[in-house]
Amino acid sequence: MAADKVDPIHQFHINKLIPIDIGGYDLSFTNSALFMVATVIVAAGFLFLTTSSRSLVPGRLQSVSEMAYEFVGNMLRDAAGTQGMKFFPLVFSLFMFVLVANLLGLFPYFFTVTSHIIVTFGLAVLVIATVVVYGFMKHGFGFLKLFVPHGVPVFLLPLVVLIEVISFVSRPVSLSVRLFANMLAGHITLKVFSGFVVSLSALGAVGVAGSILPLAMAVALTALELLVAFLQAYVFAVLTCMYLNDALHPGH
Amino acid sequence: MFVTSAFAQESAPSADTSHAATEGETHSGTSVPAEAHGTFPPFDPATFPSQLLWLAITFGLFYLFLKRVVMPRVGGIIDVRNDRITQDLDQAAKLKGEADAAVAAYEQELAEAKTKANAIGQQANDAAKAEADTARKKVEAALDAKLGEAEARISSIKANAMKEVGSIAEDTASAIVEALAGGKASKAEIAAAVKSVAR
Repeated sequence: MAADKVDPIHQFHINKLIPIDIGGYDLSFTNSALFMVATVIVAAGFLFLTTSSRSLVPGRLQSVSEMAYEFVGNMLRDAAGTQGMKFFPLVFSLFMFVLVANLLGLFPYFFTVTSHIIVTFGLAVLVIATVVVYGFMKHGFGFLKLFVPHGVPVFLLPLVVLIEVISFVSRPVSLSVRLFANMLAGHITLKVFSGFVVSLSALGAVGVAGSILPLAMAVALTALELLVAFLQAYVFAVLTCMYLNDALHPGH
Repeated sequence: MFVTSAFAQESAPSADTSHAATEGETHSGTSVPAEAHGTFPPFDPATFPSQLLWLAITFGLFYLFLKRVVMPRVGGIIDVRNDRITQDLDQAAKLKGEADAAVAAYEQELAEAKTKANAIGQQANDAAKAEADTARKKVEAALDAKLGEAEARISSIKANAMKEVGSIAEDTASAIVEALAGGKASKAEIAAAVKSVAR
């Protein structure tokens, strides 16, 4: 039991809350699903309620919502131009979802949705699918120019195209693994240091004195994780903007 | 470490469920301890369909809600504010223009009034000067006339006086002759003598 308490992996376990089984697939409502719902409710509720007064001079909370909106809007406009603004709802939803999921995960005993690779991979595939589908819809086969940069000598072209294809295919992987690994590693580290505090404190007075260092580390790591939570949401959104720019302007 | 062990055990996910009953007692806190220690949870494919489904449902609803409700609202608020700011700036610029025009008009009026005042002053000055000149000239003319009159009177008095000098000299000469010579000289002689002396 004591060993189980400091098991840093325990926090990532998926527990079925409402078992659902359809056609042999396990589609249960799990703690992961619960926190996805919580993420959506918190994010949507915050954006909805803080802007409900529609004040001309915004209050603090309305300012936060407006800042998030303009922050993502400027990010997308800088990366993909005004044509990219048709993807604003997608990028804004992704940013808010990832940000709130990361931040909620920082609460003790809360499940971190983005610490599961299937979730981040699902979001990354959504982005890449949007890029590919929109790219072919808008440019037809001209979208494949994405893989053929200008000004490359002919004898180098096969190699360059191969590299470009590999880099394109690895995008969903890097996009999802970056977010997943950051959240996972951060939460494991936090749990390990917090676990040190608990196990050292159990050893008596010397242990309590010795647990001050890991406690300080846990506090510092919490601050760092707060930064990482925001930073990873930002990175996810920025990379989404850049990939969408490829869909809009495939000719580099 | 965890990754490799997770993949190693992926091949036998069904084995986990059979272990579940025995491992259940180590996880008294969790209600469903199915794949508790089997695989590293983020790499357990058994949870993938459920997570993907619920991600699709929650994120889909989130996307629709943001697109339909939140973003038009926030965008509207910001647009209204920007419009209001531009409008206020325009109005401020207009009011400033009006104020500038008023200042310019005031200054022009002031300048006009100044020139007018100068003109009136000049005119009054000129008029006063002219009046003074005419008055002075009149006085001068009157004085000249008086002077001439006086001079004429002086000259007539002088001429009369000169006229009387001869008879006085004749009287004096006859009296002197009478006293000295004892005889009387005729008037004609005396007159001739006085005349010759007076020449």
